[in-house]
Amino acid sequence: MAGMTVIVRTASRLLFPFIFLFGVYVVFHGHLTPGGGFPGGVIIAASVVMLILAYGIERAQERVSFLSAEVLDTIGSATIAIIGLLGILLGTFFLQNVFSLGELGRLFSGGNFLPLYIGVGVKVAGGILLIFYAMLFASWGEKK
Amino acid sequence: MEKAQKAFALGIVITIGAFLILTVNSIEPFGTFPLRQIGGETENSVGQLYLENAPQQTGAANVVTSIVWGYRGYDTLGESTVLFTAVVGVMMVFRILRRNE
Amino acid sequence: MSFNYTIAMLLIALGFYCLLFKRNLIKLVIGLSVMTDGIHLFLISMGYRTGGIAPIVTGELSSNLPNFASSAVDPLPQALVLTSIVINICITALALSLSIYAYRHYGTLDPSKLRRLRE
Repeated sequence: MAGMTVIVRTASRLLFPFIFLFGVYVVFHGHLTPGGGFPGGVIIAASVVMLILAYGIERAQERVSFLSAEVLDTIGSATIAIIGLLGILLGTFFLQNVFSLGELGRLFSGGNFLPLYIGVGVKVAGGILLIFYAMLFASWGEKK
Repeated sequence: MEKAQKAFALGIVITIGAFLILTVNSIEPFGTFPLRQIGGETENSVGQLYLENAPQQTGAANVVTSIVWGYRGYDTLGESTVLFTAVVGVMMVFRILRRNE
Repeated sequence: MSFNYTIAMLLIALGFYCLLFKRNLIKLVIGLSVMTDGIHLFLISMGYRTGGIAPIVTGELSSNLPNFASSAVDPLPQALVLTSIVINICITALALSLSIYAYRHYGTLDPSKLRRLRE
């Protein structure tokens, strides 16, 4: 799959950090503003997909490979499971709020909502990127 | 499909649409959130209980977050499993397609 | 005779019409997605309070919490619809990949021609 013209490549290279940063902001402020892990993960995956579409699949393979998308997906799921089991290890129920609650409105409030949302954001970003790679690789073989 | 079959199917769709619109406008009017008339007496819904207790019990400013991970955390865990299974399923289909060529 | 409920039911009927009448697998997936959007709109509209605010405690509302609890909309259908949107993504992804697989195998996207088991 070939890349696009010079204008598209330059514009997407300039826009990629801002969209990525906005996605990370939506994930991290999930317990203060609307959003959370699920839309934030989709925004992060959309920024990477924009780069892949602009530069072509061969040059994008060197940066974000197929294996790294699988690893991201698995790490996100394992984070949710480990935080859930942390509740059982400390005596109370599964997925119980064992971190400190903090005060209302600050970034580190709400117990284990922030680590759970980070895990979900990484998992959704890796999953959407993996679906995109799988659909691309099925038709990559016939161009050769 | 022939003409008669198409007319019959269109009639079924219009009947179902009219029935849905008539049914949904005969429940309680739009905008009356916490009062439900069940058998002649009003009672408060569970969303009102979540609104009153969530900011102190969970410490999160967003009440929807404290419902999604605090009060109903098992449903979100099941949804994450469904997402993982769907990604595995899509990868399986395209691996078979790749091997067939 | 409210506006939100009628539009939601019209969306469901429109998706149902698309499921019955179209002869392309991709169009069937689109019809399913339109129907799901109608259901989500109906669920969220059920929890509206007239003149209410969003269920998020902002800076100036954190001092009087009982006033917030009597002027915010229902947060429970919003949490359920959040889960349902993610599951809709998974259903659409699997349906599209299976329709690509059917196209590679049969050469056509017509659902009435996929009957190789009968021969």
